[in-house]
Amino acid sequence: MIHSLFLVNASGDIFLEKHWKSVVSRSVCDYFFEALERATEPENVPPVIPTPHHYLINVLRHRIYFVAVIQSEVPPLFVIEFLHRVVDTFQDYFGVCTEAAIKDNVVVVYELLEEMLDNGFPLATESNILKELIKPPTILRTVVNTITGSTNVGEQLPTGQLSVVPWRRTGVKYTNNEAYFDVIEEIDAIIDKSGSTITAEIQGVIDACVKLTGMPDLTLSFMNPRLLDDVSFHPCVRFKRWEAERILSFIPPDGNFRLLSYHVSSQNLVAIPVYVKHNISFREGSSQGRFELTLGPKQTMGKAVESVLVSSQLPRGVLNANLNPSQGTYTFDPVTKLLSWDVGKINPQKLPSLKGSMSLQAGASKPDENPTINIQFKIQQLAISGLKVNRLDMYGEKYKPFKGIKYMTKAGKFQVRT
Amino acid sequence: MEWASQLCENRGLGSKMTDSKYFTTTKKGEIFELKAELNSDKKEKKKEAVKKVIASMTVGKDVSALFPDVVNCMQTDNLELKKLVYLYLMNYAKSQPDMAIMAVNTFVKDCEDPNPLIRALAVRTMGCIRVDKITEYLCEPLRKCLKDEDPYVRKTAAVCVAKLHDINAQLVEDQGFLDTLKDLISDSNPMVVANAVAALSEIAESHPNSNLLDLNPQTINKLLTALNECTEWGQIFILDCLANYMPRDDRESQSICERVTPRLSHANSAVVLSAVKVLMKFMEMLPKDLDYYGTLLKKLAPPLVTLLSAEPELQYVALRNINLIVQKRPEILKHEMKVFFVKYNDPIYVKLEKLDIMIRLASQANIAQVLAELKEYATEVDVDFVRKAVRAIGRCAIKVEQSAERCVSTLLDLIQTKVNYVVQEAIVVIKDIFRKYPNKYESVIATLCENLDSLDEPEARAAMIWIVGEYAERIDNADELLESFLEGFHDESTQVQLQLLTAIVKLFLKKPTETQELVQQVLSLATQDSDNPDLRDRGYIYWRLLSTDPVAAKEVVLAEKPLISEETDLIEPTLLEELICHIGTLASVYHKPPSAFVEGSRGVQHKRIPARAGSGESAESSDVGQSGPSEAPPAVIPSQGDLLGDLLNLDLAPPTATVPSVQPSMQMGAMDLLGGGLDSLMGDESDTLGGDIGGSPSMGAGLGVAPAAMPTALGIAPAVGGGLGDLFDLGGGVGMPTGSYVAPKTVWLPAMKAKGLEISGTFARRGGIIQMDLTLTNKAMSVMTDFAIQFNRNSFGLAPAGPLQVLTPLSPNQTIDVSLPLSTSGPVMKMEPLNNLQVAVKNNIDVFYFSCQYPLSLIFVEDGKMERQVFLATWKDIPNDNEAQFQIKDIHLNSDAASNKLQGSNIFTIAKRTVEGQDMLYQSVKLTNGIWVLAEMRIQTGNPNYTEMELSIKCRAPEVCQFVFLCYELVLKN
Repeated sequence: MIHSLFLVNASGDIFLEKHWKSVVSRSVCDYFFEALERATEPENVPPVIPTPHHYLINVLRHRIYFVAVIQSEVPPLFVIEFLHRVVDTFQDYFGVCTEAAIKDNVVVVYELLEEMLDNGFPLATESNILKELIKPPTILRTVVNTITGSTNVGEQLPTGQLSVVPWRRTGVKYTNNEAYFDVIEEIDAIIDKSGSTITAEIQGVIDACVKLTGMPDLTLSFMNPRLLDDVSFHPCVRFKRWEAERILSFIPPDGNFRLLSYHVSSQNLVAIPVYVKHNISFREGSSQGRFELTLGPKQTMGKAVESVLVSSQLPRGVLNANLNPSQGTYTFDPVTKLLSWDVGKINPQKLPSLKGSMSLQAGASKPDENPTINIQFKIQQLAISGLKVNRLDMYGEKYKPFKGIKYMTKAGKFQVRT
Repeated sequence: MEWASQLCENRGLGSKMTDSKYFTTTKKGEIFELKAELNSDKKEKKKEAVKKVIASMTVGKDVSALFPDVVNCMQTDNLELKKLVYLYLMNYAKSQPDMAIMAVNTFVKDCEDPNPLIRALAVRTMGCIRVDKITEYLCEPLRKCLKDEDPYVRKTAAVCVAKLHDINAQLVEDQGFLDTLKDLISDSNPMVVANAVAALSEIAESHPNSNLLDLNPQTINKLLTALNECTEWGQIFILDCLANYMPRDDRESQSICERVTPRLSHANSAVVLSAVKVLMKFMEMLPKDLDYYGTLLKKLAPPLVTLLSAEPELQYVALRNINLIVQKRPEILKHEMKVFFVKYNDPIYVKLEKLDIMIRLASQANIAQVLAELKEYATEVDVDFVRKAVRAIGRCAIKVEQSAERCVSTLLDLIQTKVNYVVQEAIVVIKDIFRKYPNKYESVIATLCENLDSLDEPEARAAMIWIVGEYAERIDNADELLESFLEGFHDESTQVQLQLLTAIVKLFLKKPTETQELVQQVLSLATQDSDNPDLRDRGYIYWRLLSTDPVAAKEVVLAEKPLISEETDLIEPTLLEELICHIGTLASVYHKPPSAFVEGSRGVQHKRIPARAGSGESAESSDVGQSGPSEAPPAVIPSQGDLLGDLLNLDLAPPTATVPSVQPSMQMGAMDLLGGGLDSLMGDESDTLGGDIGGSPSMGAGLGVAPAAMPTALGIAPAVGGGLGDLFDLGGGVGMPTGSYVAPKTVWLPAMKAKGLEISGTFARRGGIIQMDLTLTNKAMSVMTDFAIQFNRNSFGLAPAGPLQVLTPLSPNQTIDVSLPLSTSGPVMKMEPLNNLQVAVKNNIDVFYFSCQYPLSLIFVEDGKMERQVFLATWKDIPNDNEAQFQIKDIHLNSDAASNKLQGSNIFTIAKRTVEGQDMLYQSVKLTNGIWVLAEMRIQTGNPNYTEMELSIKCRAPEVCQFVFLCYELVLKN
């Protein structure tokens, strides 16, 4: 099981270590540092690194490497999933997951890690349970604690951990009972030079914020559940009911959680909401290149495309770019060669464009590679797959909750090749 | 307003109040300050002090000096303070064992606290205190907690058994905790079940032969019930445990699959992958014509695809596993090609894996799309990725015949880009395409020749030279081209030199008139001016061949080459099967069997996919090609000793479903046929076993085929015959590194015991190859034939790497010397003594058994030289308890001579130090199973006789130290 955890910051310093079994010397991280040095980019460090006596499994989140040390055969995904849970917990407790936040709360961090693993076995990883055991630090509580001498450690038994609904804490009370659901879809797509779609898929999630008193039992049904043939559920969802009736039936955890995530594969027809017209060209023997880019809305079901951001890694040979945006602002970093254009909202009547010239190194030959254009955007009130919630019902409690559903579509890895 | 300003103040206060204040640098006297605070009367001050101590501990400062003071704070009813003290205890108890005993009473008391939270906390912490003295006190409270009324305490106690086992395995067994743990599998609370399974699995890992997780239909049912209700982590443990079960029939298999399938929709990817493992394994038992089988196949694709939309680290592990799955069952993902298309900002490790899978999925139906993608990738920035993409195009051409032409034209397009590394990579793969489709694409040679000058990498140069040589008759200026390479012959790498030599000989054989001078030039360069034995030997062979028998030379050098196929990069079927059983583990990430890399794996069980209990459908199942182990899998790698393995090893017997090698009970009875045989050797003789072997139908075939397989391995040998044999001998003599000490042969099997067959032998390690040198003498009156050999499982997995080569019958009074190459990939079982080897030899008369001991230096590998830093770290890392001291007397060597001698046996000296008239040598040895042994040798330099050496040996597996010492002695004294 998991032996130890080291937290390493961007400059390569170990700033926290935790051992669940015997102490493993810090020097084991030297192998990690070697890999870090070899990697061209921070994110290119291989996730599993063998050393003579241990294996190091690491994830990079918020510019911190979480390096787990294992000694025997342990499923690597188990370790990675656990590390993600650690990151999520820190974020949940401290609002951000940064070196400063972790150092500021080092005792709580230590207590949390101790509660999350016992001898390398996961113990309590559900945020609901952890919060019963260890109260998150708030400014007010810190002050009160210092004055009164009380503590962050909860005194009750985490009964939720033993019940059939281990994800929900008991005795929840709210004066305003509300349940909000966000249907968020991300489009991953690769568009080729000529504008046709090579591959496009949708990663969707339904995130919920449920603040309901007692033990509510919810059902959520869809207008078109057939879209969801590839889904991963929160453990609270009753799988049998879904299989039989295509209805989500569940007792929700308290607070924020991801109810389900789904995947609409490239075999279905995925609507592409924006198009790009581009002309990025270099001529042999000339030290100038042409750059033209125009964006336009495509299949958006009449909704506005907002928060558009275009970025592109220009070839190394490009010295500078002298461009003229019809709207928004652009920056070009001559060191990293990263061009980014903050477009804002696309107005279908007046399409945004970015035109101008690039200067190349004098005498250098024409760059070999073609830059790829990365696009980010948001469309409010639309789930591009067409998924629609039909109704939400609550059983088991008497009060009338306030309900809300929001839709949003975003670009995931949306790439246009040139 | 007032409230707001107060909030601001609080905020300021808050930031000052954070824990970062504990990070102020260690001042001198800080420890004293803390000590005073810890002993303060004020509760609050005490707690603050403990917090400071913990914070210092977290960042690696040594605060162990405060041990008694912190322990004094333990008796408190403040839960947080208690927890903090417990945290501290776990960290430092090991270094202060005597002090830690002071804490025992509090633990025992806390274990009976009315609050289950405290009971659980106490039992949890006790288990983390890794001090032998304390463990005894632990037993009683633990026993109570295992039967506690509160499931929270029970589940904590279950894990505690695993902790205790890690500290003192014997104690756990003696106290009967293992049985209690087994009972917990039937607990009413799913969380307790899951933890019991997890604890048992971990214990079982160090106990390969125990039947701790004795799975039967009842326990399986309990596990499946708990599976639905326990936490995600518990589900992983249970699924991994289920994967070891061997269902009795296809109906049970199907019902388990049905109950596991819902796990594919879990949000935790580790749960998903473990479920995939169970399904992939049990699917094998389902009839292929069953509707359910098809449904299941369809259900597997979406979760695998979903894994690819997760974070890159998860993707990487998923991709490594998908790589196995598509080799085993390509049908699952054959329509999902597009999800493997590379995004330009994927991390490089994801890109490379995706590329690999794209090639595996490439087929006639999707090849156009794949090629378009690959061509796109070839224009990316990352050089490694571009190279691999170009290589992938070549692999596509070889895999999908219909696409070859398109691939070649794509490659030509890429060559036109003139990007240096793209051109070189393209030429390397075009060479392979030529080998796969001879006489088809030679029209492109002209284009290739244009790029001759830009090639600066050995592999590309060698490939180009190969092409020129192979098609010399069609290239008008082939001689000029080759001559131009010849100019810088000595600066080329060996690879290029060898290729150039062969190419010029080819050219000469094709156009003898114009190139005589050239060939003489290259032969003399290779034979006279080169230090490289490989090159020299090849040169001599060609030379003699050309001068004695040019016709034979033509037959040898211009012989038809075997076609290469895509199969070469597939994982060998038996390994693939084992890896499928380990989906989701490290083994699946490294594509190596667990025994190959899990350190000190104390006997890893080789897992097998269950065979279909054939009930008539076996004929239909053949359409899936290489699926069932029952059908002889297409041997991609020549199956070495497998033929003989069949002969003597019941494990590999036809799939009678009653011999599931995974069942632990089988491992216990381990010996299989041989074990029984050996027993009979000790006791009275029984002929039944021998009879069984003799009667095995595969035997004749096995021996019949073996010799025929040999020549292909030698390559060109058969065409030339005897004359060349000498040359090979010559080569062998020159090229062989002067090696390790080889003990003289001793008699292992006296003739009296073996019906006239006398066997004597010894072991040697030559150039990385382990050999068993045997002398067989026939002292009986009749001719002996049909020799075969087999080993019992042994400590380091030694096994014959080929059949015993006694090709001619052994007539009476004849003696024959045989060298048997050994591999270390055989089944592993710890022997007593460690280096004991039990051997069975069969001939036409009977089967005979004997045992012998090999020097441990046999399994010291050539790359056993450790980096200095690693050595230092490892030396520190290995606990002192594992260190063993020895003395070697009467050695007349100085330190340099000794270290040279040892080096011959792969004991490498890493560093030498002279301290106070003593030479200290630091040495490392690596065993074939990856275990490192470190040694420190002290030699008195002042003394002219060097009569005494002191040796300290450290190893994670201390049992080998003694044997390593014996090797030292053996090597140094001979």
